[in-house]
Amino acid sequence: MAQTITIEPVTRIEGHAKISIQLDDAGKVADAQFHVTEFRGFEKFCIGRSFWEMPGITARVCGICPVSHLMASSKAGDAILGVRTPAPAVALRRLMNYGQLVQSHALSFFLLSGPDLILGMDAAPEQRNMAGLIAEHPDLARAGIRLRAFGQQLIRSLGDRSIHPSWAVPGGVRKSLSAEEKAALLQQLPEMYATVDRGLDLMKDALDKFADEIDAYGNFPSLYMGLVNSEGGLEHYDGQLRIIDSEGKILEDGAAPERYQELIAEAEQPWSYLKFPYYRPLGVEAGMYRVGPLARLNVCDFAGTPKADRELRQFRHYGGQGKPVSGSFYYHYARLIEILFSLEKIEEILADEILIDHHIRSKAGVNQNIGIGVSEAPRGTLFHHYKVDDNGILEDVNLIIATGQNNLAMNRTVKQLAERFISGDKLDQGLLNRVEHGIRAFDPCLSCSTHEAGRMPMQVRLLSARGELLDQVERG
Amino acid sequence: MPVITLTIDDELVSARAGQSILEACREHGIKIPTLCNLDGLSARGGCRLCLVEVAGNPRLLPACTTEALENMVVTTHNEKIDRYRRMILELTFAERNHTCAVCVSNQHCELQTLAAELGMDHVRYDYLNPELGLDTSHARYGVDHNRCVLCLRCVRVCDEVEGAHTWDVKGRGIESRVITDLNRPWGDSESCTECGKCVEVCPTGALFDKGSAVAEMKKEASFLRRILDGREKNEWRR
Repeated sequence: MAQTITIEPVTRIEGHAKISIQLDDAGKVADAQFHVTEFRGFEKFCIGRSFWEMPGITARVCGICPVSHLMASSKAGDAILGVRTPAPAVALRRLMNYGQLVQSHALSFFLLSGPDLILGMDAAPEQRNMAGLIAEHPDLARAGIRLRAFGQQLIRSLGDRSIHPSWAVPGGVRKSLSAEEKAALLQQLPEMYATVDRGLDLMKDALDKFADEIDAYGNFPSLYMGLVNSEGGLEHYDGQLRIIDSEGKILEDGAAPERYQELIAEAEQPWSYLKFPYYRPLGVEAGMYRVGPLARLNVCDFAGTPKADRELRQFRHYGGQGKPVSGSFYYHYARLIEILFSLEKIEEILADEILIDHHIRSKAGVNQNIGIGVSEAPRGTLFHHYKVDDNGILEDVNLIIATGQNNLAMNRTVKQLAERFISGDKLDQGLLNRVEHGIRAFDPCLSCSTHEAGRMPMQVRLLSARGELLDQVERG
Repeated sequence: MPVITLTIDDELVSARAGQSILEACREHGIKIPTLCNLDGLSARGGCRLCLVEVAGNPRLLPACTTEALENMVVTTHNEKIDRYRRMILELTFAERNHTCAVCVSNQHCELQTLAAELGMDHVRYDYLNPELGLDTSHARYGVDHNRCVLCLRCVRVCDEVEGAHTWDVKGRGIESRVITDLNRPWGDSESCTECGKCVEVCPTGALFDKGSAVAEMKKEASFLRRILDGREKNEWRR
């Protein structure tokens, strides 16, 4: 008898989603979908506003990664002004962007996925959460929280607040970094490095612990996209787009981000509010690509900082023979390497004399009617595309969000996990949690903030083809 | 000038004949919330936030346009007055799109400050959500009708102080809009002297310096008293 299993809501992710798994008559998985059930409407209601306000407005897209939107939006604004943004402002923006990577990745690894990785996929549901992690490993949880707090402190030092700062503006930034704030950040770096090392040890333990099942967590060939700098190194703020295939062959290189529409097309499905971007030249099926930490480490030639490069070499072993690392479970590992890289870059920028320069904002009016800004958000490549009239009023807005670009891959991951772990008409918390974890590996950011403490309730129902309830598991 | 005596909040106070209740209160340090009122501009009685109770009068009266009279008994704060003031603020917020979080004047807005001070923590009325736009055609300034509360400080300062009378009002009631030069885009205005007084006296983010980012627009209306003292009393202070 054909059945549908629904996991709703998916927990420990940012935003609202559900998973549905269809079983065929033999009780085998026929299909699985990851549905995004929320709708925001930013592209519509920003029309008619001024592009000067857009960094502040679009930062509100997300409470976890407001800085990514701030970067992409102010860069789109830079393009509309058409003047050069002062180098100190660019350095400061990069600094804040690295702070954002640290805090967001720390949240994902230690607090959202940590309970699964450290307590285990089969740990009792009442313990397998942030509170359980704090009870079991208070030191580790505290270190993870402090690492996130460090990133937030960096953002706050520049933007006056860590959530939704309106600090980067078209043409530059509004405020520089004071000597006291700089000293306070530098002083904390040794502790933060130690926390990442601890995370890396845990990650390697997890790779051993889950060795038998890692391949089920979204291991499949796909394309990868990310920014690289002019030397081919890891890049999060500027640079050119690179797309590689599942064999590691470069399909696009040195592509100006302004050309994104030639590279990416978007498909839609009636069952999700999230679009399905794909690599245009190859079509929806073959054009599935992944973005985010895993993709960035796959597309770059090197990281560019000593510690991160050392880890990157180890990471590359999991791909084998020059191939990209294809398992989505390795997103976790990639995230830690990016935290390490960000800390090294933060140290490098804080030591740079350029931060003392007071030229941080170029002033100009509308000189171009189209502005495209790109940044590497924690979850992947983010595009802001604005069209303004001569007075700077927005006529068209297109936002390509990182998580959306992983949509096809997330659906594939859910299906792969369901095929491996789900069958028959009996449900099991641990097995269902594995399916959810496949989504957590991508750290999708479906909307806004994580201000809520604790967990959302989850209800999983197994329905027959006629809609009869066959089995039900609840937590809440 | 003849002096009168009246009772405000159970205290006997003196005032000059011809002064408004609001002026008498301010001279004695009695706080009354205002929005459309600004020292240096003519009183308008538009926002109604300065409503006070005058013994013997069944209706609340605006302190800014009601003359203080001998033996008047005035109450500036009680449960009813505070309730009315909050209600007026709620209606003001419901009338247009005051999206504080992404407004250029966030944290530097008189309307927002009043809402906090008077304890207006929610709006009970349906928001009208009118479709209003921005005019950023001027080289230096912009107007966002979504944030306008029709206090008409801009109209008064432009007419009474600058003497240009670029600003005026079209329409009636909630259809009213501030306009420049018989409803031409601000950038096309021939009468505007680009002095920026209207921007500095605007209590919200309705008028702003072009290029302001969210929460970046800070205004300073104290210039008005300074230039008026120079003009009227030949007293120039910084």
